[in-house]
Amino acid sequence: MIPASFDYERASSLDEALSLLAAGGEDARPLAGGHSLLPLMRLRLARPSLLVDIGGLDELRGVHDDGDSVTIGALTTHHEVAGAAALTGGSGLIAKVAGGIGDPQVRHRGTLGGSVAHADPASDLPAALLALDAEVTLAGPGGTRSVAAADFFIGPFMSAADDGEIVTGVRVPKQEGWGSAYQKFQRRAQDWAIVGVAAVVNWTDSGIAGAAIGLTNMGGTPLRARAVEAALTGTSEKAQILEAVSKVSELETPPADENASSEYRLHLAQVLIARAVAEAAGCPGMQR
Amino acid sequence: MKRISVTVNGVRHEADVEPRTLLVHFIREQLELTGTNVGCDTSSCGACTILMNGQSAKSCTVLAVQADGAEVTTVEGLVSNGDWHPVQKAFHEQHGLQCGFCTPGMMMAAVGYLDENPSPTEDEVRLALEGNLCRCTGYHNIVKAVLAAADDMGS
Repeated sequence: MIPASFDYERASSLDEALSLLAAGGEDARPLAGGHSLLPLMRLRLARPSLLVDIGGLDELRGVHDDGDSVTIGALTTHHEVAGAAALTGGSGLIAKVAGGIGDPQVRHRGTLGGSVAHADPASDLPAALLALDAEVTLAGPGGTRSVAAADFFIGPFMSAADDGEIVTGVRVPKQEGWGSAYQKFQRRAQDWAIVGVAAVVNWTDSGIAGAAIGLTNMGGTPLRARAVEAALTGTSEKAQILEAVSKVSELETPPADENASSEYRLHLAQVLIARAVAEAAGCPGMQR
Repeated sequence: MKRISVTVNGVRHEADVEPRTLLVHFIREQLELTGTNVGCDTSSCGACTILMNGQSAKSCTVLAVQADGAEVTTVEGLVSNGDWHPVQKAFHEQHGLQCGFCTPGMMMAAVGYLDENPSPTEDEVRLALEGNLCRCTGYHNIVKAVLAAADDMGS
């Protein structure tokens, strides 16, 4: 289907984009790769009055190594993120997740900032950002600010970004020495994850010294499995990890839909956390 | 209407388009290059795959105005001096099509991928074509065709 009519402006600077958005009012939207917004517009589930195309703002593109953290510009495509050499240690999680989004064509056009701003509870990057305690950076008429990922995603397709604000990028701690993995379950290629698990693990000679687990599609926002994280710390055996993952039942009951009941989601989360933790720890013997 | 300038298969086109015009409709209806198909219209099937600045993209999920200034290659642009592209030859020789509807998108996805990875394994080819659906389920020969094209282009 063809989207409803809208006005279109291409911004040549971030300031110009912010002024255009402010002038366009509450139905104006920024457009980057368009791989979340355009499908909604074609189904007429979204009808923005004005699209401000920020696709040409090179200042928002690229992956920068800042020493103990990495800054990723909002316009960096999933394809570029997947191949970014600066994403080492725990932050390598972001590259792994980006490399598994959609399909190659989608990864060539879809952007990190667009995916974050869209705040779809079934999309993969938000859970990874949450697990890494990343920050989302925003620019608006009042200046710039950064918001912790934990405070950014506030509901299904709802974020802490105000009208007129643009997501400019994310800052991800590198967490050198940590391993990472993303496990998602989907029934067909390209489907949204029924459940996804983003794990970063600090594996030492004496076992797991620290772990962070972000969950995709287990609620209206990405979630941290804090009880599981606490139970994992200090474990080193497969049986102990399986015991720890059962703590996922302490989360609020996950949603049921045509793909999965709440019970099935809880079951999947346990299986996938165990696999993701074993993979992130780099211990193939603990897998499955 | 917005004025755009897009280079398609090496030819520069200046045109006025409505902002909501999808790139695939611009290519098919304004440029009359109908090799690029519209399949699912939901960014899933890949029948509308083209190359945009050298990378495969689903032209049903790009606005024509977003392609302003871009270099686009469609299936019609694969032929050079009357000779088929090695990927086209391989799809012909390996019988990489049944009804043919997905074929332009399959070939464009393959051309883009072989540029990135000139000697892929079979598994890599299958993953690289994840974004292209064949409702005839002719995947086996499609994969064979891409591998044959890689061999041909590497030799």
